Amino acid sequence: MTAVLLPSGLEELWALWEQHPTAMPYAGGTDLLVRLRKGLAQAPALICLERLKELQCIEERGPELFLGALCTHQELLEHPLLRGRLPVLAQALAVLGSPPIRHMGTLGGNLATASPAGDTLPPLYVLGAEVELCSPAGVRRLSLTDFIRGPGQVTLGPREIVGGVWVAPPSDSVRQHFEKVGLRKALAIAVVSLAALIDLTPQGVVRGARLAWGSLGPTVVRSPRAEQALLGGRLRLPELRAAADIVADEAAPIDDLRATAAYRREVAGNLLLRLAQYGGG
Amino acid sequence: MKLRFTLNGRPVELETPSDRRVVDLLREDLGLTGVKEGCGQGECGACTILVDGVSRLSCLMLAAQLTGSSITTIEGLAARGRLHPVQEAFVQQGAVQCGFCTPGMVLAAVDLLGRDPQPRREEIRDGLSGNLCRCTGYQKIVDAVEQAAQPPQPEEEP
Repeated sequence: MTAVLLPSGLEELWALWEQHPTAMPYAGGTDLLVRLRKGLAQAPALICLERLKELQCIEERGPELFLGALCTHQELLEHPLLRGRLPVLAQALAVLGSPPIRHMGTLGGNLATASPAGDTLPPLYVLGAEVELCSPAGVRRLSLTDFIRGPGQVTLGPREIVGGVWVAPPSDSVRQHFEKVGLRKALAIAVVSLAALIDLTPQGVVRGARLAWGSLGPTVVRSPRAEQALLGGRLRLPELRAAADIVADEAAPIDDLRATAAYRREVAGNLLLRLAQYGGG
Repeated sequence: MKLRFTLNGRPVELETPSDRRVVDLLREDLGLTGVKEGCGQGECGACTILVDGVSRLSCLMLAAQLTGSSITTIEGLAARGRLHPVQEAFVQQGAVQCGFCTPGMVLAAVDLLGRDPQPRREEIRDGLSGNLCRCTGYQKIVDAVEQAAQPPQPEEEP
């Protein structure tokens, strides 16, 4: 039997972890419990983090928002700060898993799982989010790029957990966009997804572009060249096609059971064409 | 571990391994076979239960996580011998074929209507998108939830 511990606060967590040093933490369990049952992971003991009360808040702190790691996807999705200030993240959460998965899975879990297809990751990359890590020694902040090192590989010290995410919401002139292509509408693992932040002048000229794709590589894929190509132009199909060609050319996705690499390259580029909807004709 | 929680309105106290899957605890130890196990990995929704009113999957929860919670299974939905309005609507609309997905569908619908008492058809589909019906009886299921969502019609003047 595997002992399952259920701390209700951080102090209790650190004390329990001290007593069970090899215990593996989990949050919603939507990923780890499946892998344990399939024998793809082993855990001498488990610590369920879902009751950690300190890490369930969504708050404005100065110019930034703090999103607690133990907020479920549904709690984030229903929060007015998310919908109002971070629609790119809200759009991704709305198509993550299914309602019961969104009621269980958490933001911290999505980050720590670090799947190439993790739906919250492309939005958090374009938002320039930072990850707060908590351990008995205190807290530290890492950029998302430093936190996620590879598929399923993250920077976490011993007895350290994801405490939350810090995001500075973009200004109102920035269009926020997310789209996921999957094999069905619900419970779909992304074949390719795109998160985009496009800053437009009042005349509709692109003065800033941040793009990030999911499921296009081992971790989230960025394309500085495609971003550069959009600068100074308008969100019209010819300009977007040029950027799409760059992405399709640069990307090195894999074939897997959901799609071929060739299809992924084409979709990754074509997802940019949707940005024409913000171009006003 | 000694586990205490509320099950269908009644306090429960029992001794169980803390890593017992909730679906197994409910079905095999407590005899609540309305909780179905389909895929066992969060894809099908057959094992849906309400945890403090929120739909969750009992195949992806371990016994310890029930501590202090209030759990509703399909067995606990009817009150005082009267079917819940969602159950009544499923009966009236013929929204049951083989019945395997029905408990999960009904509980998912109860959660949905709790959040949004007047969902549009498309929103009903979204709300039930974590529940698979192997018989593909989705139209009748959506009809039933739509019926359950309707406020009682005022009686017409003769």
